[in-house]
Amino acid sequence: MLGLIVRRLLQLVLLLFGISFLVFMSMHLAPGDPASIIGGPTATESDLAAIREELGLNRPVLTQYVDYIAGVLHGDLGYSFQNNQSVSSAIMTRFPQTFNLAIASMIVAILIGVPAGIISATKQNSWFDVSSTTVALAGISIPNFWLGAMLILIFSVQLQWLPVGGLSAPFWTIEGMKQLILPAITLGTASAAMIARMSRSTMLEVIRADYIRTARAKGVRKRAVTWVHALRNAMIPVITVIGLNFGFLLGGTIITEQVFAINGVGRLMIDAIAARDFPVVQGTVLLVATLFVVVNLIVDIVYAVIDPRISYD
Amino acid sequence: MNQLLEVNDLVTSFRTAEGKLSAVRGVSFSVDKGETLCIVGESGCGKSITTLSVMGLLPSNGEISRGSIQFSGEELTTKNEEELRKLRGNEISMIFQEPMTALNPVFTIGYQLREPLMIHKRLSKREATQKAITLLDQVGIPHPVSKLKQFPHELSGGMRQRVMIAMALACNPSLLIADEPTTALDVTIQAQILDLIDDLKADLGMGVVMVTHDMGVVAEVADRVMVMYAGEVVEVGTVTEIFEAPKHPYTRGLLASVPNIDDPDHSMEAIPGSLPNLSEEIQGCRFHPRCPFAMDKCMEMEPPLFELSSEHQSKCWLQEVKHYDKQSATSS
Repeated sequence: MLGLIVRRLLQLVLLLFGISFLVFMSMHLAPGDPASIIGGPTATESDLAAIREELGLNRPVLTQYVDYIAGVLHGDLGYSFQNNQSVSSAIMTRFPQTFNLAIASMIVAILIGVPAGIISATKQNSWFDVSSTTVALAGISIPNFWLGAMLILIFSVQLQWLPVGGLSAPFWTIEGMKQLILPAITLGTASAAMIARMSRSTMLEVIRADYIRTARAKGVRKRAVTWVHALRNAMIPVITVIGLNFGFLLGGTIITEQVFAINGVGRLMIDAIAARDFPVVQGTVLLVATLFVVVNLIVDIVYAVIDPRISYD
Repeated sequence: MNQLLEVNDLVTSFRTAEGKLSAVRGVSFSVDKGETLCIVGESGCGKSITTLSVMGLLPSNGEISRGSIQFSGEELTTKNEEELRKLRGNEISMIFQEPMTALNPVFTIGYQLREPLMIHKRLSKREATQKAITLLDQVGIPHPVSKLKQFPHELSGGMRQRVMIAMALACNPSLLIADEPTTALDVTIQAQILDLIDDLKADLGMGVVMVTHDMGVVAEVADRVMVMYAGEVVEVGTVTEIFEAPKHPYTRGLLASVPNIDDPDHSMEAIPGSLPNLSEEIQGCRFHPRCPFAMDKCMEMEPPLFELSSEHQSKCWLQEVKHYDKQSATSS
């Protein structure tokens, strides 16, 4: 197990090198000059040259990349072109909101998806199965910016039960939870639908397995057959989907944060891209990539915990 | 009362895309305490479905559409799922064919063995663990204490089948149903497992229903034999009657298709053709298309089960003549 963790972390380092290189190059090759955005429409050519000089943008791209990486290796993600704030502190102040949103959405997705899939499978072709499969299909198909807008219209504007946006209060307070509900549902719905579909299909396979018949032949109660004997086996592939969905959720936070005016990493990234604020874009992308790898490492560890046949040694 | 299980005119059918099909067509048999009944036949002849009907473990599209199953004088076909559940693993146990897949891969041997004890006998976890160790020892598993913590994939097929048997015997059932318990095992392990079942049967006074297509297994363990073909019983008799004087052409075919190492002149014969499809309607005797002795009558009328002795019955028109001879002899 320790070997797996070390191996994965080494892979992560290589991966981050690759990602940072790709992002760095694509930012520099894409049209749009940070200097002209900072200088504004009235800036003269010499003003722009001065800004480029100041930001170090006039040097060869590879030199800039090597300098950047050298900084990152020393824990320095650089400074924002826009306000000269350190990128790490900009990320650190916004990360908790994004993290809470992603975790809350994941919880929504799992709490809805897994039971819905399991019940669908055990009552195959019942009204519950048909309606949950239909809702799941709709859930995958609905774009989350639209869903978010609709939820705001209904629950915030019409019913006035929940706030329209923001995520300023800490999540453990009532106010914080109220703020988290709509964004978490908006972001979690598509994942819930995917998890439900996956749970249903693996569960359908598992309940036909020989060992389920053995459990019934032993006189195990029906509920225990489903929720103990079958569930643990069915969860193995579902956990993979949950891990992959976490990446999907991180991507989804960008849109959800826009819709709900949440000051998270997603908004930071979008604003930075618009302003060609290279260091901030780099920093946020590296953060998302690291999170994705770490979550999937956790998934692999969970595998070994629930399936004794998997061993990493 | 010595009779443990009595099945009468059992019909089990399945809802399929082709409509309702009967896999078991009016099967009757009984098992006494301490007796081993072997159900023999080709794959797909309805042997396993017959036993699953008794267990109440039919697949979700299957149902018992006619007949009765009496266990210790109680009717099982009218019992609900919860009442059947209380019998399963407790009074009636079952061992399945595939030891590789019949144990749950994500739970320890100990967990799976304790389960029936804690459910039916309401033992505490500690008591159940003690009993589980005894059971593993009883079925000949070395180092039972350390085995409890192992997972199924860490054991060999033979060991897993022993665990299955230990699980089935946990609550001292009065009826044990074994569905091809040795088919997936090496020959050397086969004999051990059969001996084990036989010994435990004698010790515990269980009735045993053993499903198999292996005539060698039948010769070794059976008291009585029931031969099934295409969902019907074609011949029943004691093991001696079946092996020494088989009457139904299908039984003879089954016996002739077993290689005989003692008799160098013995030529192995296969039964021509294959089992009819469930949806295939056959007029007359269901075996006639494959029967070397088929007469005109066989194609028109379904034969009844002719009584050949108190224990021996055969569902074949060939027995008709002998049957009436015997009847007239007794009546005169």
